Amino acid sequence: MADHEQPLLVADGLTKWYGRQLGCRDVSLALFEGEVLAVVGESGSGKSTLLHLLAGQLAPSAGDVRYRMRDGVTRDLATLSEAERRFLARTDWGYVQQDASLGLRMGVSAGGNIGERLMAVGWRHYGRIRGAAESWLDRVEIDPSRIDESPSRYSGGMRQRLQIARNLVTQPRLVFMDEPTGGLDVSVQARLLDLLRRLVQDLGLAVIVVTHDLAVARLLSHRIMVMKGGEVIETGLTDQVLDDPREAYTQLLVSSVLPV
Amino acid sequence: MTTVLEVCNVSKSFTMHLRGGLTLPVVHGVSFEARAGECIVLAGPSGAGKSSMLKMVFGSYRCDLGAIRLHHGDGQTDVARAEPRTILALRRRVIAYVPQFLRAVPRVAAVDVVAEPLIAGATGREIAMRRAGDLLAQLNLPERMWSLPPATFSGGEQQRVNIARGLIGDHPLLLLDEPTASLDAANRAIVIDLVNARKRRGTAIVAIVHDADVRDAIADRIIDVTAFAAAA
Amino acid sequence: MSAHTYNFAYLDEQTKRMIRRAILKAVAIPGYQVPFASREMPMPYGWGTGGVQVTAAVLGPDDVLKVIDQGSDDTTNAVSIRKFFAKTAGVRTTTRTEEATVIQTRHRIPERPLTEQQILVFQVPIPEPLRFLEPRETETRRMHALADYGVMHVKLYEDIARHGHIATTYAYPVTVDSRYIMDPSPTPKFDNPKMNDCAALQLFGAGREKRIYAIPPYTKVVSLDFEDHPFETYRHDAPCALCGATDSFLDEVVTDDRGGRMFVCSDSAYCETRRSVQSSAQGTQAEAANG
Repeated sequence: MADHEQPLLVADGLTKWYGRQLGCRDVSLALFEGEVLAVVGESGSGKSTLLHLLAGQLAPSAGDVRYRMRDGVTRDLATLSEAERRFLARTDWGYVQQDASLGLRMGVSAGGNIGERLMAVGWRHYGRIRGAAESWLDRVEIDPSRIDESPSRYSGGMRQRLQIARNLVTQPRLVFMDEPTGGLDVSVQARLLDLLRRLVQDLGLAVIVVTHDLAVARLLSHRIMVMKGGEVIETGLTDQVLDDPREAYTQLLVSSVLPV
Repeated sequence: MTTVLEVCNVSKSFTMHLRGGLTLPVVHGVSFEARAGECIVLAGPSGAGKSSMLKMVFGSYRCDLGAIRLHHGDGQTDVARAEPRTILALRRRVIAYVPQFLRAVPRVAAVDVVAEPLIAGATGREIAMRRAGDLLAQLNLPERMWSLPPATFSGGEQQRVNIARGLIGDHPLLLLDEPTASLDAANRAIVIDLVNARKRRGTAIVAIVHDADVRDAIADRIIDVTAFAAAA
Repeated sequence: MSAHTYNFAYLDEQTKRMIRRAILKAVAIPGYQVPFASREMPMPYGWGTGGVQVTAAVLGPDDVLKVIDQGSDDTTNAVSIRKFFAKTAGVRTTTRTEEATVIQTRHRIPERPLTEQQILVFQVPIPEPLRFLEPRETETRRMHALADYGVMHVKLYEDIARHGHIATTYAYPVTVDSRYIMDPSPTPKFDNPKMNDCAALQLFGAGREKRIYAIPPYTKVVSLDFEDHPFETYRHDAPCALCGATDSFLDEVVTDDRGGRMFVCSDSAYCETRRSVQSSAQGTQAEAANG
């Protein structure tokens, strides 16, 4: 099978217990290159737990996650050494936090934030690092002349876009996003979603995006996974699940969205 | 003529869990074929399940029973049973769908909305944008509107963006849900021409058209959906 | 009244053994910060307790000790530490670099090249070069363990972005033996090249932070930089006003209230040696002229 026909990330029976509290149970999925999967649910659905498990930030109580590395070899995340995991997180993966100030170094300039990953993988030419940072700022619609400013002077939407640039500079194949539009004003959200859509398409990114907002899922994702109480309720093509919800909970979710 | 689409004994009902499990039948036992170069029009009163039928072919709706077979370059696929990835691939290259209403994504310019299916199908951006512009021009959408997001357009303008988006590719199967409903006579005529041009190119078309004149101008066969509609 | 008797070099033998173990480990892993059980010393933190403990652990009765502070043998700090060891260890002390076998220093490396017979002990305030960007000890330990040093170049990047050049002028970070990134203590970057391929053993002690690290003799020590902003040694504009040296690190001395100042060698022993050579040469010349 050609490489792009093999899944990029496969999860099998992922389960996580926090003591006696269930995080999520028996979640399985396969994600291919260029695919966007939205994991939706309300608070306590287990979607954040699932994201942390998939990104190798939490060890599962049962099940495993396997990722096809850049060299074509599929690895079980649990067998990665800390060094390998960090390298992966810095090169082939991105992770966009809901709160941009947690995903950025607020004491470092925008250029330094974007350049950090490059420097971490051995870039040693200041001019080239700066050039790459400028071009990424432009790409995420931030004025490149603001490259030397600290992100503490950026608006919330700008910080989020900077966080995206910081994550994409090493051309990852897989990006995890945790409520990327959470807390942003509606117009700012629209701009960010538009940017994400275009970047996903232009770069052929695979994305797992956790969101409680069905509109975000509809806009960004090809497939959707609905979770509740740690279990997967329904999964499938986004428009199919949202237009023709089969399960009771999915129908409840869809019907609860306020029309504009 | 080659068969492009085979709908075999398709049945569907909605189960409304929020209404205590009330079952709403949609269609029952629907069967028909669409061949290359011909246009099938689904007829019947509102609520007969015509739009649902198109959505099932496109994969937006599930079907409970039956098969929806697409014959395409790589063989044959049953949409009713296909994996999401397969359906996405089919949508890129095989099936184009013009729904009744344009789902306007905020901030995306009309010309980009139209060009997107081509770009997703790996056509170069410049070529895609040019073709999008050509189509919009054919549909009489003024150029000054091309860079505007369609959310603020009138119904007719939105519908023309919608049609352009559906017609821009070379998909062997084209699904049209009321393509001329919001259009004036002049634009209706243009759409008819475009549809007939696609027929001549060998595209199989399944359409829902209420307007009798338009129907007569494009339909090769009319299939009465009420003959299949489930007994209430 | 009885005079206090101290164990040799103040610390008990068990403590010295513990410190030597830490030193051995540090020497075995160049540039790696070894935690050690730093003792309460009879001087407060910030006054060189780390350096004093390392010196105490390596000192033997035949050693000759030199203590300098910012290059000078006669500041309060240098004088009191020298007296401390004279009293508790009874070792011979000197101000001449070439005579010393152990040199304890704060913030400078002597100008005169050191030999294999010598040990240089640095006083270190903050041993962790990553601390300014990463306040968590758990995280910095990880970063060292995984050689996760991207953030170090981020700091240099920021300097260039802000000042047009790397603005760090002291405590300039280095890579030791191509592995660990190390803070050389607040020595001026002028001194960084001296650490590379040095014949002497270099030991670093941080008392308050409880860390010891080391550079074994003849180890590769490279200052961090960018390809297009390479590390450059600082060049003074003028020679030393007293001895004329152009290759030593200079201190600025204010001479009067009218803004008068002069630049003199920071390494006072170096300057003095040069001057005594010059004056004896002049004396010989004068004799020759007169004779």
